[in-house]
Amino acid sequence: MTVLTMVEAIRNCLHDEMARDGRVVVLGQDVGANGGVFRATDGLQAAFGPERVVDMPLAEAVIVGSCVGLAIEGAVPVAEVQFLGFAWQAMHQLCGQVARLRYRSDGRFGAPITIRAPFGGGVRTPELHSEALESQFANVPGLHVVAPASAADAKGLLATAIRSPDPVLFLEPLRGYRLIRDEVPDGEHLVPFGVARVVRPGRDVTVVAWSAQVEVCRRAAQRAYDEHGIDAEVIDLRTIVPFDAATVAASVARTGRVVVVQEAPLTAGFASEVVATVVEECFYDLETPPVRVSGWDVPYPVGLLEDGYVPDDDRVLAGILRATEVTA
Amino acid sequence: MGLSLDDLPAVGEPFRLLAPDGSVVGPTAVLAEVLGRGPELLAGMIAARVANRRLFSLQRQGRTGTFAPIEGEEASVVGAVAAFEPATDWIVPYYRELLGLGRYGSEVLYRYALYQRGHPGGGYLPEGVRVLFPQISLAAQLPHAVGLAWGRRLRKAPGVVLAFCGDGASSEGDFAESLNLAGVRRAPVVFWLKNNGWAISTPLAAQTAAPSFAARGPAYGMPGVRVDGNDALAVAAVAAAARAHAAAGRGPVLVEAVTYRMGPHTTADDPLRYVPAQERAHWAAADPIERLRVLLVAAGRWDDTQQGEAEAAADRAVDEAWTRAEATPVSPDAFFDHVYAEPTLRQRRQREELRRHLTARAAQ
Repeated sequence: MTVLTMVEAIRNCLHDEMARDGRVVVLGQDVGANGGVFRATDGLQAAFGPERVVDMPLAEAVIVGSCVGLAIEGAVPVAEVQFLGFAWQAMHQLCGQVARLRYRSDGRFGAPITIRAPFGGGVRTPELHSEALESQFANVPGLHVVAPASAADAKGLLATAIRSPDPVLFLEPLRGYRLIRDEVPDGEHLVPFGVARVVRPGRDVTVVAWSAQVEVCRRAAQRAYDEHGIDAEVIDLRTIVPFDAATVAASVARTGRVVVVQEAPLTAGFASEVVATVVEECFYDLETPPVRVSGWDVPYPVGLLEDGYVPDDDRVLAGILRATEVTA
Repeated sequence: MGLSLDDLPAVGEPFRLLAPDGSVVGPTAVLAEVLGRGPELLAGMIAARVANRRLFSLQRQGRTGTFAPIEGEEASVVGAVAAFEPATDWIVPYYRELLGLGRYGSEVLYRYALYQRGHPGGGYLPEGVRVLFPQISLAAQLPHAVGLAWGRRLRKAPGVVLAFCGDGASSEGDFAESLNLAGVRRAPVVFWLKNNGWAISTPLAAQTAAPSFAARGPAYGMPGVRVDGNDALAVAAVAAAARAHAAAGRGPVLVEAVTYRMGPHTTADDPLRYVPAQERAHWAAADPIERLRVLLVAAGRWDDTQQGEAEAAADRAVDEAWTRAEATPVSPDAFFDHVYAEPTLRQRRQREELRRHLTARAAQ
């Protein structure tokens, strides 16, 4: 075990996978000499050369779309979209082409393609740098959508993504690149898709989150315990697609209460899918109505206003209290 | 090689070897190099046209879905493909070329028959058949083409990619992004833009203010050349020069084949609503098949027997492809196959639910 930041874990994983498999190529804007705007690809071009670590023109559609041809010809592309908000400029290639390659070719071609992108806000970026778009991609069959919350999971899930025969949208918590630091297993470390992680066990209420909101929920759960004696269980989904409904349902069956937290706007967000699933699977176990804590139904706000948008531990705690019928 | 890309026009009159009446108007040295391919090209064009007309009938009989006819554009497809090698080169079509790809084997027509019938197997081109499935989203195939060329080079495999698009596709962002990337990476791609005058009902003047599409080539760091897309021999000569350029590591090429869509956009379209009658008459006199046939007959390289054999072979090919496609089974829940390498738990449950539903419906 070594304590690493999330961006260090990602960088180490990319290096290890490129060393392990000569078919892996990294492509994106500023991924070469600059090492990526968050340094996630730092040193890769020096180690593996400009043919395998490729600085691309500033054109998201062809960054994503060329991965289709690369994959058909046997490469394992790992593309970087510099900010998830820019993925809208590649939406037709990502959702209309990459996600459908295996299906469209009736199984002839797999799409072992990983698309990495920073996810979520909280660091006062310019517009379109802080989006949480996971539900838009979760509604596109053929894609896996992965959203790690710890450095260890970032390494283990990214390795699984790169080795996956299917396309993976790999969402990296932007404000967690350096803030998130934890013990990362040395050497080969693979985390399977579709297996949620219980971050904090608890008896009274289930709190479900992913990506940077997991840490917010862990803090809120600690406060619920310290300030109100409420024992909250925090579950990190790790992967949005596939969604580990079984772990969530088993927890809610015990606690009878659920709070789902996301940074995205409320309406039609993935939290709604989680809640709907809980209602279908655990309706008679529920003691109180499910609670969603989310961003508001507005475009991601400009920097001066974002603290009021991104759910914080106060709002998650309020959600926990609502689910447990405690009046604050 | 007698033909250099440097000698070909990027604007103005496209390069041609034959006038519409079949008389020789281009350099005879170039003609001599490609004339031997004439009978093969003519047979390929006849195959495309016969199949095209058969598909109209099949569509009206309900045996095939709506389709995008190739009529009028046969030379710009068959002549281009003739310069490429099935063993190493990819063909990346959109949706109007599939009847002109006989050079890549009979499997292409069978898979197209499946595709036209709405069978999921229509997207499966078997190992070794380097034709990508039809693309519906305009210009979306072009990033794939660049990736294919780049991927082959990464593993040091030879080969060039022939990527088709139309004049309408040139307005898409994917067109610009793909040509730019191909230029930057010197990817061995021949971008083959068939300028057929219309994008459904949108005429050229509403598509571009530029004097030609080929003129964009140099802006992306590649040659851009214009060829008469209804002159199969000129097309074959230009395609060979473009392929040689790309194969030699000199980067991509943009070819604009000036041709004409002689019928509707698809069988669901009525061009009488927007195409001027005199325009259609003008292009009818420039028919690509008749042009080559006149020359080859005059040169003693084509006769009525060959004509009859080519037409009969084309008919048989359609019969075989459609008979085989109609006999290819499909399960009503096949859409769950191949979404992921392994189905998700949710998909497995949904598939079971669908099967129960289908069983119950069958029992009613």
